[in-house]
Amino acid sequence: MTTDVQTKPVVPYVQVLDEQGNVVDSDRMPKLSDEELRTLMYRMVFTRIWDQRAVRLTRQGRLGFYAPVSGQEASMIGSEFATRKEDFILPGYRDMPQLVWHGWPLYKAFLYSRGHIEGGRIPEDVNILMPQIIIGAQIVQCAGVALAFKLKGEKRVAIAYTGDGGTSQGDFYEGLNFAGAFHAPAVFVVQNNQFAISVPVELQTAAKTLAQKAVAAGIPGIQVDGMDVLAVYSVMKEAVERAREGGGPTLIECVTFRYGPHTMSGDDPTRYRSKEVENEWERKDPLIRFRTFLERKGLWSQGDEERTIEEAKEAVNEALKQADAAPKMTIPELIDVMFKDLPAHLVRQRAEFAEEG
Amino acid sequence: MAQMTMIQAITNALDLELARDERVLVFGEDVGHNGGVFRATEGLQKKYGPNRVFDTPLAESGICGLATGLAVQGFRPVAEIQFFGFVFEAMDEIASQAARMRYRSGGRYHCPIVYRSPFGGGVKTPELHADSLEGLFVQTPGVKVVIPSNPYDAKGLLISAIRDDDPVIFLEHMKLYRSFRQEVPEEPYTVPIGKAAVAREGKDLTVIAYGAMVRTALQAAEEWAKTRGVQAEVIDLRTINPIDIETIVESIKKTHRAVIVQEAQRSSGVAAEVIAQINENAIYYLEGPVLRITPPDTVYPFALIEDEWLPTPERVLRGFEKALSL
Ligand SMILES: Cc1ncc(C[n+]2csc(CCOP(=O)(O)OP(=O)(O)O)c2C)c(N)n1
Repeated sequence: MTTDVQTKPVVPYVQVLDEQGNVVDSDRMPKLSDEELRTLMYRMVFTRIWDQRAVRLTRQGRLGFYAPVSGQEASMIGSEFATRKEDFILPGYRDMPQLVWHGWPLYKAFLYSRGHIEGGRIPEDVNILMPQIIIGAQIVQCAGVALAFKLKGEKRVAIAYTGDGGTSQGDFYEGLNFAGAFHAPAVFVVQNNQFAISVPVELQTAAKTLAQKAVAAGIPGIQVDGMDVLAVYSVMKEAVERAREGGGPTLIECVTFRYGPHTMSGDDPTRYRSKEVENEWERKDPLIRFRTFLERKGLWSQGDEERTIEEAKEAVNEALKQADAAPKMTIPELIDVMFKDLPAHLVRQRAEFAEEG
Repeated sequence: MAQMTMIQAITNALDLELARDERVLVFGEDVGHNGGVFRATEGLQKKYGPNRVFDTPLAESGICGLATGLAVQGFRPVAEIQFFGFVFEAMDEIASQAARMRYRSGGRYHCPIVYRSPFGGGVKTPELHADSLEGLFVQTPGVKVVIPSNPYDAKGLLISAIRDDDPVIFLEHMKLYRSFRQEVPEEPYTVPIGKAAVAREGKDLTVIAYGAMVRTALQAAEEWAKTRGVQAEVIDLRTINPIDIETIVESIKKTHRAVIVQEAQRSSGVAAEVIAQINENAIYYLEGPVLRITPPDTVYPFALIEDEWLPTPERVLRGFEKALSL
């Protein structure tokens, strides 16, 4: 007799709107006001425009490091919209939209992109960390932020974002396991955009879903249509509120796609994915389906669309102006932020570099 | 002979060694189908198949642990760490595992692994990519650390590293990848590990450098000769663990003065080790203190200011002058 080994996916999959904008799961339809629904659409259109501008600005050398987000708006904006301002976000490098909609000024995002220290100076009342470059580090830190909320008795939630590739890091498993072991208020969001640079998710793992990685950590795992903003919001809201009420962490996998290159630093997607695959995903576009849904309800018009586009362009221009006005960094200033009290050798080095001017 | 960039020389070396020895495996993040984010492994998967050149899941500790496991089973892994800034993720697998395998097993096992990785600043990478972390491995017994400064050496040193029976960390400066070409023979050849090169002869000052700073030092030396008529001798370390102190001592016997130009932060790194060894081996030939021309002891800086933080040609020349005057 052989032992029955479980290989089937063990997680639920949630979709509220199908690709044509029809409601396919009314039980899962989140309770959002008309105004909130419009806000979701506004943010997705705004973000698409900002992304397109950022891609162009990077090509022109006016921004530095940039990882495009088009295609992932529903995952990014739907999940952030389910958080409260006091909740704390630990992002990856691609997660600029969540940070900006959580309160990070857009011009700071641009300064971060350029490689200016002002980007990382997060305003006191904004609950985020800087974009994480070291893939996986934010997941373990998220367990720590969540434990802090639990120890302090604060009803706040820590949220970490990573990609499909990020789920292969040891830190990913450690973070889930720690948060589970401490029953800490954390939500881990994996945006499975199918590729880690050029590596398809099938080469990343033998697991059928990324959400099922929650099983080994003993926490709930759920997969959601990451092109469906209502599904993402619904699943995220449930996880965030469960964590807030002491119900422990959740892992959410958003199944999505990035339309653009990995980053603007030389990646060429035609080397590793076909036009057919790209087209297939573009048919699932999060903006198109949600717009259709809202238009049918009379909640979104051509005029709304145009006004949003104008406002986004205006905001980007304004943020660029502000970013351009940031003072030039100096080496002595950077030495100053190394420690609270500068050790003697750095005092000497500071003087040496200050003298150079 | 062909004109090759450093990246082409590296691809060429990998190609030749994959062909020569079927125990050689090449793997890492994006190195298979995509040929690496810098294209160092371009075309190799096609030529040698996905059993020998392959993509791994995204995990540096996994990549380096995989290499150790393969090595004790007789393979000769060439593992890529996509950017050396991520080496901390793999520190245990390199420094406490592979580096100690021969010693801990009393010679029963060994790890003929090459860890290839782009490193170094001046190319406007995002944060945490450009650090010069080589100093960590100068203090790690059981590994060798090789840093070529030009295409010819890159090929010869990489072939030596792959044929070496112990772990070698092979660091490729990002700024040198495509910045210039050099005559590189098509056939395999080796450049010995542990041997420095005199990149420019001179009698007045010994300048010790490695990686991209060799170019900076050479340019400064030419400028100095032109404007001041002073002749610097530039030594390219090529291997920083172990350090070829003989070549340095020979030079100091002639010049009696030395400076080190280093891209890594000042304290406790390669420059400090070079000075310690000069102190032990050449102090009676010296007429002045050995100086370090380096960035300050801060975190690697933000992209907008990295060019000012790294040793600039002016700072290097000022350092030369100071060394001569003391
Ligand atoms: C520890 C670490 N290893 C490698 C990298 C280089 N790198 C940057 S992004 C990336 C792929 C990440 O893919 P995924 O997690 O799926 O997220 P996505 O970029 O698709 O949003 C890699 C390998 C890194 N930044 N950090």
